[in-house]
Amino acid sequence: MNTLSVNHLLGIKYLNQKDIQLIFETADHFKEVINRPIKKVPSLRDITIANLFFENSTRTKLSFELAEKRLSADVINFSSAQSSVKKGETLIDTVNNILSMKVDMVVMRHPNPGAGVFLSKHVKASIINAGDGAHEHPTQALLDSYSIREKLGEVGGKKVVIVGDILHSRVALSNIFALQLQGAEVMVCGPKTLIPKYIDKLGVKVETNLKKALQWCDVANMLRVQNERMDISYFPSTREYTQQFGVTKDLLDSLDKKITIMHPGPINRGVEITSDVADSKQAIILDQVQNGVAVRMAVIYLLASKIKQ
Amino acid sequence: MSQKVLLNAKEVNIILHRLACQLIEKHNDFSNTVLIGLQPRGIYLADRIAKILKEDYNITNVKLGYLDITFYRDDFRRNEKPLEANKTKIDFLVEDKDIVFIDDVLHTGRSIRAALTAVQSFGRPNEIELLALIDRRFSRHLPIQPNYRGRQVDVINAEKVKVNWKEHDTEDAVYLIDK
Repeated sequence: MNTLSVNHLLGIKYLNQKDIQLIFETADHFKEVINRPIKKVPSLRDITIANLFFENSTRTKLSFELAEKRLSADVINFSSAQSSVKKGETLIDTVNNILSMKVDMVVMRHPNPGAGVFLSKHVKASIINAGDGAHEHPTQALLDSYSIREKLGEVGGKKVVIVGDILHSRVALSNIFALQLQGAEVMVCGPKTLIPKYIDKLGVKVETNLKKALQWCDVANMLRVQNERMDISYFPSTREYTQQFGVTKDLLDSLDKKITIMHPGPINRGVEITSDVADSKQAIILDQVQNGVAVRMAVIYLLASKIKQ
Repeated sequence: MSQKVLLNAKEVNIILHRLACQLIEKHNDFSNTVLIGLQPRGIYLADRIAKILKEDYNITNVKLGYLDITFYRDDFRRNEKPLEANKTKIDFLVEDKDIVFIDDVLHTGRSIRAALTAVQSFGRPNEIELLALIDRRFSRHLPIQPNYRGRQVDVINAEKVKVNWKEHDTEDAVYLIDK
């Protein structure tokens, strides 16, 4: 088994365990490639990829672009801020116009959940979802699991707590699917207002006491509070949030084990984690960023291998 | 499926020692030479040559690496079968080194073309040579020839040459198999 079961990466929920394993094994090879003196392979030199970002992004966009260039694909970038979308063009029209320039693959971030699925049904190109609203962010979940596998040997049997704004987080949902698929136990922790009401139906534990959650877990994935998605106040003040759900060095030292700290970025230093935690040896935040390129190379390579000539 | 023995264990052993001696003749003490086995099957031959150099000819500083060429192949998306990558392990610099590529069977030469590109990612070598146990004559698609060859054979396209190693396939032998 060395092809993916899907032609698009729209979400983790469409993948199976073998897909994830294949992506990780391929990413191992690419991780070796990106640590060579010359970090580029010619595999995708006849593939053109469009990065369509209808929502702001720094890390994900750079990571995808770098992954594409490391594979020698031709890359075109599009961000909605400077485009005809502002003039009223529909998503399908925008994408079909881009595809008529002979583009083979589309990496898309969009504020609306399901935008990737919708697009995959209407256009002829391989679609990679780089985040659709509060729905899924599959490559982030893959690189998070890959980083756990690298640090702890395997994902299966590990206990992972996702802390913070679960309600607005596509990273949380994709991570829950990915971790469960690999046999890890998942807990979510945060203010009750930021935890979706029926999340326990996904088979995750819910905890509102941060210390108890950290004491339980092997890995804590700290999410950012997404103020830009909040139309009402979900907690009284940032200060109060930090006091209850911010991870500090003292809190980590008070546990009777060393847990691994992850963060998908961008970090609000001093809100969800303090600077000394973010820069400590327990944090693998920068490893996550490096692994992001390798994992995205693997996803793009495996999907590209399914594009008919 | 019929198969014919091209080389038996004794013949393989004699040829490996001859190839090792030819390498010594050119590379002396191997101080500036690195051996690179090509994945997937060339690494077994490379391991064996390195072992002979070390144990029978007392050359202790043989540098040995493995190179995977999957991402450099020219048949990506042109092949029905998906390409599967293997591990690359080159933990030394190849800058200004004399490289010997080692592969079990030289057929079209396309793998060697890919390897020539792939190795550039690790620096600019002084020179690159090629050692192949079996050289399939008249089947080349590219102007590539081995510097050291074990045995030259004439094989039609419908036939496959399979090299077995006792470490992995229970015996040392080379077979000609009808596909």
